[in-house]
Amino acid sequence: MTLHFLDYSILILYFGFVLGIGWFLRKSVSSSSDFLTSGHSLPLWITSLAFLAANMGALEMIGMCGSGAKYGMMTSHFYWVGAVPAMLFVGVFMMPFYYGSRARSVPEYLKLRFDEKTRGFNAITFAVMTIFSSGISMYALGILLQAIFGWSFTFSVLVSAGIVLAYTYLGGLSSAIYNEVLQFFLIVAGFSPLAILAVQKAGGWGGVSSKLKPVMTESWKHLGSPADNPMGVEVIGLVMGLGFVLSFGYWCTNYLVVQRAMAARNMTDARNTPIVGSFPKMFIPFIVIVPGIAAVAIASMNIGYALPLKNGGPDYDKVLFSLMEQFYPSGMLGVGLTALIASFMSGMAGNVTAFNTVWTYDIYQSYIRKDAPDSHYLWMGRMATVFGTGLSIGAAYMAQSFNNMMDFLQLIFGFVNAPLFATFLLGMFWKRATANGAFTGLVTGTGAAALTYGLTLAEGKGGWLGVVHTFPSSMAQNFWVAINAFVVCFLLTIIISLAGKAKPDAELAGLVYGVTPHQAETAVWWRRPAVLAVISGILCVALNFLFF
Amino acid sequence: MLDLRKPAGLFFLILGVLLAGFGAAGAAKAPLLEMNLNLYFGVFSILFGGVFLWLSRKA
Repeated sequence: MTLHFLDYSILILYFGFVLGIGWFLRKSVSSSSDFLTSGHSLPLWITSLAFLAANMGALEMIGMCGSGAKYGMMTSHFYWVGAVPAMLFVGVFMMPFYYGSRARSVPEYLKLRFDEKTRGFNAITFAVMTIFSSGISMYALGILLQAIFGWSFTFSVLVSAGIVLAYTYLGGLSSAIYNEVLQFFLIVAGFSPLAILAVQKAGGWGGVSSKLKPVMTESWKHLGSPADNPMGVEVIGLVMGLGFVLSFGYWCTNYLVVQRAMAARNMTDARNTPIVGSFPKMFIPFIVIVPGIAAVAIASMNIGYALPLKNGGPDYDKVLFSLMEQFYPSGMLGVGLTALIASFMSGMAGNVTAFNTVWTYDIYQSYIRKDAPDSHYLWMGRMATVFGTGLSIGAAYMAQSFNNMMDFLQLIFGFVNAPLFATFLLGMFWKRATANGAFTGLVTGTGAAALTYGLTLAEGKGGWLGVVHTFPSSMAQNFWVAINAFVVCFLLTIIISLAGKAKPDAELAGLVYGVTPHQAETAVWWRRPAVLAVISGILCVALNFLFF
Repeated sequence: MLDLRKPAGLFFLILGVLLAGFGAAGAAKAPLLEMNLNLYFGVFSILFGGVFLWLSRKA
């Protein structure tokens, strides 16, 4: 495929704006707090869109479109069962403690609530996870640009990583957040036409449904048994594994997203950040999943389009691009390509800015150099941005041994976020939970995740300790890795806590539900988190029924 | 701090002018496309960017 001069112009125009925003925002950085946490200064509409965009990496665009083609409408569970309920939960119930405790990061909350070792464990595992996530995003972009445009893997990765590094180095978190919002608009604008054109070509949604098996366009009806659907999962694995453990684990405890809400100006805005973000989030499946489903329908029409192939089978990771090739002319192709690169950059910037804060505050300031002047931590934040980017490039090569990137990422979340969600549930809502209980639960839960993966097999993955069970798909395996990690962490934290002595109530005020004085919400009724959450919840349930 | 609506508005405005201009000169083709997508998207982008700039002026 040949790119027109106009396509390159759009790409360069976008890069210019992204760097320009970083350049303008450099003046507003004068302390480590400005650089790493935006100094609690950003308006709600910006934090809520950044909350979404930080998660909309290249993986979201390429992986979800591929999953749409592979698993059909069931992929929407990642949004309607997973993300949206979790975003409402974190906004209504958990944000008062994150924001109210004045902790600068999620690991720091764990230090205030439990102790130093729990914070240290979480900070280190989180830092490793952000590097992996960023590396996977980079890998996705690298292979895509290499395969489609013939750009070398190294060139694609270095140019994109260099731009992310430049604007996050200059303007810190504010710059990353501003650019995430610009990227969000570009991603939506760049991919909505593709969804509309693809569905229209297949004869509307009715045409898509008539050309495919019902399992491709219905999200709930085929969950009785793993054999009934291409995802290989049943309703309990899905609702518990994906819905409850993985999604709540990700959206409620992952500092990458929570950091965006903590940059808000006040408590009401911080709580509303994920709730307001849930409204656009529930409609994202229509631009990322539906095109993948429509692609399968169009491929069955014999009009010159076929699903891309790899090793004799469909290459789902290239479905999105094959559609762009069919529907986007020069010009619009530049917009789509720029949106794809933007999605990569927003995912990477999110990881890098979360990494540099956790590294600087929770690892460097806690264990390496405690009492340095603030200017030193500002410098270290910038250095962490540089070496975090470098490590991500290294991680990109490790992602190559897994053929479905989404499965790989879910696996990492199973190891890190699933047990952490149990720790937070007990830490925030049960004052009896102790530091030793939390730490033991967290370490053992993560161990249980590794053990489950090591003893089970799915699509040739896992089973390095022996095979006691074989899952029909790696997706099902990941869900059960997460469930086991959560349950082990939850039970062990309770047992060890009951055997120890809890902190006195006075030390837990502002950190735990029940011993924190209730603060009346002063915002007008239509801006109250509970009201907005109920409206969002009703809409989300309606979407589930619409595509039942 | 910088008002994000200004750079965002300006970006979409310039993007829209580029695409609409290119589209107005003739419909670029893609295998399954049956409309002048650049022109339509360009006009939408100009409006979108214009609204953002207008909102930022009001503030």
